[in-house]
Amino acid sequence: MVSQTELDRRKIVGINAETVTNVTSTDYPGQWPGEDHSWDLDFFKKTFNVQFHSNDEFDASFSLIGLDASVANAFRRILIAEVPTVAIEDIFVIHNTSIIQDEVLCHRMGLIPFRGSRDGLRWMHWFRKGTDEDPEGSTHNDYNVCILNLQIECTWQPGGQNRAVNGETDPNKLYNNHNVYARDIVYEPTGQQISRFADDPVRAVNPDILVAKLRPEQKINMRMYAMKGIGADHAKFSPVATASYRLLPTIDILKPILGLQAQKFARCFPKGVIELQPVTREEAQRKGSGYEGHEGEMKAVVKDPMRDTVSRECLRHDEFKGKVKLGRVRDHFIFRVESTGQWESDELFLESVKLLKIKAQRMKRGLAALMR
Amino acid sequence: MPSATRDTDATMVDAPAEEGAVESPAPEEAEEQRIRVLSGSTEEAASFEFENEDHTLGNALRYIIMKNPDVEFCGYSIPHPSEAKMHLRIQTYDKVSVYDVLEKGLNDLSDLCEVVMDKFTIARDEFNAKKASTT
Repeated sequence: MVSQTELDRRKIVGINAETVTNVTSTDYPGQWPGEDHSWDLDFFKKTFNVQFHSNDEFDASFSLIGLDASVANAFRRILIAEVPTVAIEDIFVIHNTSIIQDEVLCHRMGLIPFRGSRDGLRWMHWFRKGTDEDPEGSTHNDYNVCILNLQIECTWQPGGQNRAVNGETDPNKLYNNHNVYARDIVYEPTGQQISRFADDPVRAVNPDILVAKLRPEQKINMRMYAMKGIGADHAKFSPVATASYRLLPTIDILKPILGLQAQKFARCFPKGVIELQPVTREEAQRKGSGYEGHEGEMKAVVKDPMRDTVSRECLRHDEFKGKVKLGRVRDHFIFRVESTGQWESDELFLESVKLLKIKAQRMKRGLAALMR
Repeated sequence: MPSATRDTDATMVDAPAEEGAVESPAPEEAEEQRIRVLSGSTEEAASFEFENEDHTLGNALRYIIMKNPDVEFCGYSIPHPSEAKMHLRIQTYDKVSVYDVLEKGLNDLSDLCEVVMDKFTIARDEFNAKKASTT
């Protein structure tokens, strides 16, 4: 039977000044003589653990502990590229005399994140575009298209022209509607959308996104179709601003770091990672602890390795040589999921896990069909 | 004409008016077959081709299949970056069927996801409750 310390040792990825060690996981059957390591759901249930660090509406941070990188990475990839959102896909530019070209303006519209009733958005279906094989595609319907309109014209304020002649240059004092914001986009519910989005209409997550600038007599009139899509097709459909993970850093102080050295050591790390504590009488009396005769001096203690960025700065200084070992825990993933605002961050992660499960089950059905 | 430039300026059709009667108005599509066995495969050594799959499923499936003690070798590759295809190679010991191994892998992966969802939900609810009680 393998000891727990040996298992813990295998979990640490070593980080040296210029190299890394022990990078690949070895928890497979046949890797270690006399050890099993085959897939065991009960063992996974026992060892897998989730810890939350923060859970704001659109920004969550949590740790998944006891998972392999391949699976954690699958969740991350699904979050970015496969969880669907609704974004503007087709635009009919009826009128655009602004300085910004049609195609550039349309591209900008596509990138604006929208929100609305979550139940309504969940109810939305895919819109299949016509292809060479299927020239028809889906028909535009209330369950697959949200219509949005942008109709805006810049005008002179009363007396604005006179003020301009007199040297006034502040556009806020001269024109109306000279800035076009995301809040100017108007949702036009159709069919069932009228009831489903009654309390929580489709609108930009951030109303203050500047989309275009206008001057008097310039106007924009566009009809836009928002549809469900995935990030793999276009980044505008990605539900997250960032979805990333990092491995939990470890800092092991092997030999005492005291006094001024301890202060310098603490400065090698971000704030809050290393703490200075006085050497206690007990420690000073213990033989072989390295603290003998140093009672009351300040020693460096690792307080919060999670805040470390693993800059390896401490490895550049000769005085810390052999006194510190840096590493990362191979199966401790600190996720950070920042939503663009259509869905809540924690909801998004659950959705990504669900999608991986659906993927596996769909492949199982495919395999069964293959065997038939 | 490339599909991207096709005229999509069509009129909107409303779904039938009765609310709730049509819960799933879009026609259910038949699932297309996305797995294929590559030539040269035997019962205990086969390569599968997954269409429209990438590292997301490939690497996760590789891991879970390598966890199976009957498996001699499992690896995946994406032969060409501009083709959305993923190849998965499985070789087994002792005449164990690769199809069974792949099915077990897919089952194990679903089980894993189930556990992750449960534990995640519990941890989140506990965290939210704790946060609510302190503020």
